[in-house]
Amino acid sequence: MLVLALDTATPTLVAGLGRWSADAGIEVLAERAVPSGNRHAELLTPAIRGVLADAGLGMTDLDAVVTGLGPGPFTGLRVGVVTALTLADARRLPVVGVCSLDAVGSGARTVVTDARRKEVYWATYGDDGRRTEGPGVVRPEELGRPGPFVGDRAFAERLASPVTAADVTTAGLLRAASPQLADPSSAGPLVPLYLRRPDATPPTAIKAVTRA
Amino acid sequence: MADQPLVIGFETSCDETGVGLVRGHTLLADALATSVAEYERFGGVVPEIASRAHLEAMVPTVHRALADAGATVDDVDAVAVTSGPGLTGALLVGVAAAKAYALALGVPLHGVNHLAAHVAVDELEHGPLAEPSIALLVSGGHSSLLLVPDLSRQVESLGRTVDDAAGEAFDKVARVLGLPFPGGPPIDKAAREGDPAAIPFPRGLTGPRDAPFDFSFSGLKTAVARWVEARERSGEPVPVADVAASFQEAVADVLTAKAVRACRDRGVGHLVLGGGVAANSRLRALAEERCAAAGIVLRVPSPRLCTDNGAMVAALGSRLVASGVAPSEPDLGADSSLPIEVVTR
Ligand SMILES: [Zn+2]
Repeated sequence: MLVLALDTATPTLVAGLGRWSADAGIEVLAERAVPSGNRHAELLTPAIRGVLADAGLGMTDLDAVVTGLGPGPFTGLRVGVVTALTLADARRLPVVGVCSLDAVGSGARTVVTDARRKEVYWATYGDDGRRTEGPGVVRPEELGRPGPFVGDRAFAERLASPVTAADVTTAGLLRAASPQLADPSSAGPLVPLYLRRPDATPPTAIKAVTRA
Repeated sequence: MADQPLVIGFETSCDETGVGLVRGHTLLADALATSVAEYERFGGVVPEIASRAHLEAMVPTVHRALADAGATVDDVDAVAVTSGPGLTGALLVGVAAAKAYALALGVPLHGVNHLAAHVAVDELEHGPLAEPSIALLVSGGHSSLLLVPDLSRQVESLGRTVDDAAGEAFDKVARVLGLPFPGGPPIDKAAREGDPAAIPFPRGLTGPRDAPFDFSFSGLKTAVARWVEARERSGEPVPVADVAASFQEAVADVLTAKAVRACRDRGVGHLVLGGGVAANSRLRALAEERCAAAGIVLRVPSPRLCTDNGAMVAALGSRLVASGVAPSEPDLGADSSLPIEVVTR
């Protein structure tokens, strides 16, 4: 089946097209990785148009949509998740969400990405590539997980260990989604992996004004 | 009528997830989900909570709108979305959804200005807007006086609040009076039993040297809080109805006086109200009275359409399609402080 894969959990958004089948595996037809900063909403749909054009295909050729659910900075993350949800809704396609960290690197590893506020999002994977711990969010100094580390190299110093640069990939997203692609009815609802509660505190401003 | 395009509108600039369907000037559906109940203890909208709620509500709200209109998503001919002003994280959920529907359906996308949509919604009830019109838009997020020569292409700002939005003042005064959030409806209700002339609260920016069309509600809010606090300190009961009525009178007085003056100064014979505060009964009554006295035609959408909703965005989208305005570029994003002069982008 022809699958559109999306991820906006990191500053590099990913849009890719791949053929997936239970027996023949994964063939990536087109992929765009776009350094996006805070501009995921601006750049995601143009990237989707781009990969469709690169592959000479159209929206009507798609059979399923896969998206990373994070963890990642919330505002950008939601852009990818809502795009996947609504594209799938408009085309009446199955939609599968996966942990974005599962799509970074392969094999035994600990993936670290930037969680801002001097913390990392992380998950640890065994020799067979399956996630054994995480996802979580922590200060790098307190992570205490074995290497090799892959993901955002900016954290090497604070992890006191080298980090191999790696990003979310289309192949990684399809691989992580394989069980649900094989049985779309097993796909759960698309709920972002926020891992942090919203910042919100009851206000005290009125009292401060009247006491002044 | 069926040959006019079916336009779907998305509104997520604050805490309401709105999806509306409009054909021509005909309202077909106006589905709304709100996270307002979550904000009572915070006294105001929490952007991250609102953004999370928009994501959860988006597809169910689209389905409700389509069902209400008896349409399917394949019937949609164009997509419109609020691209600003508003809360960035909240806006982006709607913008991303709208872009995806437009891409998936192969139809044009119009990113529109939220304030212009508040004006456009009146066309669903009262037909084509008279141009030029003056528009007074008052809500928890904005307080603006606009000159509208051509709602599809040209809108000019005459004045705006220099501090709090009028709706914020309602929320804060409600809090001082121990009334629930959002403050507009409970203050309106309490004021019905009160005397609007009981307490002479200040009218901001109404001196001869003040900007004639700008608003200020921060001083009024503080004056109410001080007055209530002085009462409490002296051990006397707070006359909630009189405070609510006197506060509401001060707001309605300033808003309508400035709106009527703008019509006179600019030689414009039509005034449109919009925004959540335009649902306030005293503001509506006083605007009617003063417009009638000044020979100005007043148009006020029903309260349901004054507050934020998807229908207003679809209404503006429908107008843009009908007047041949070019769709937005594929890299449309959100602009939290989109100026009113930018009707569409
Ligand atoms: Zn509004």
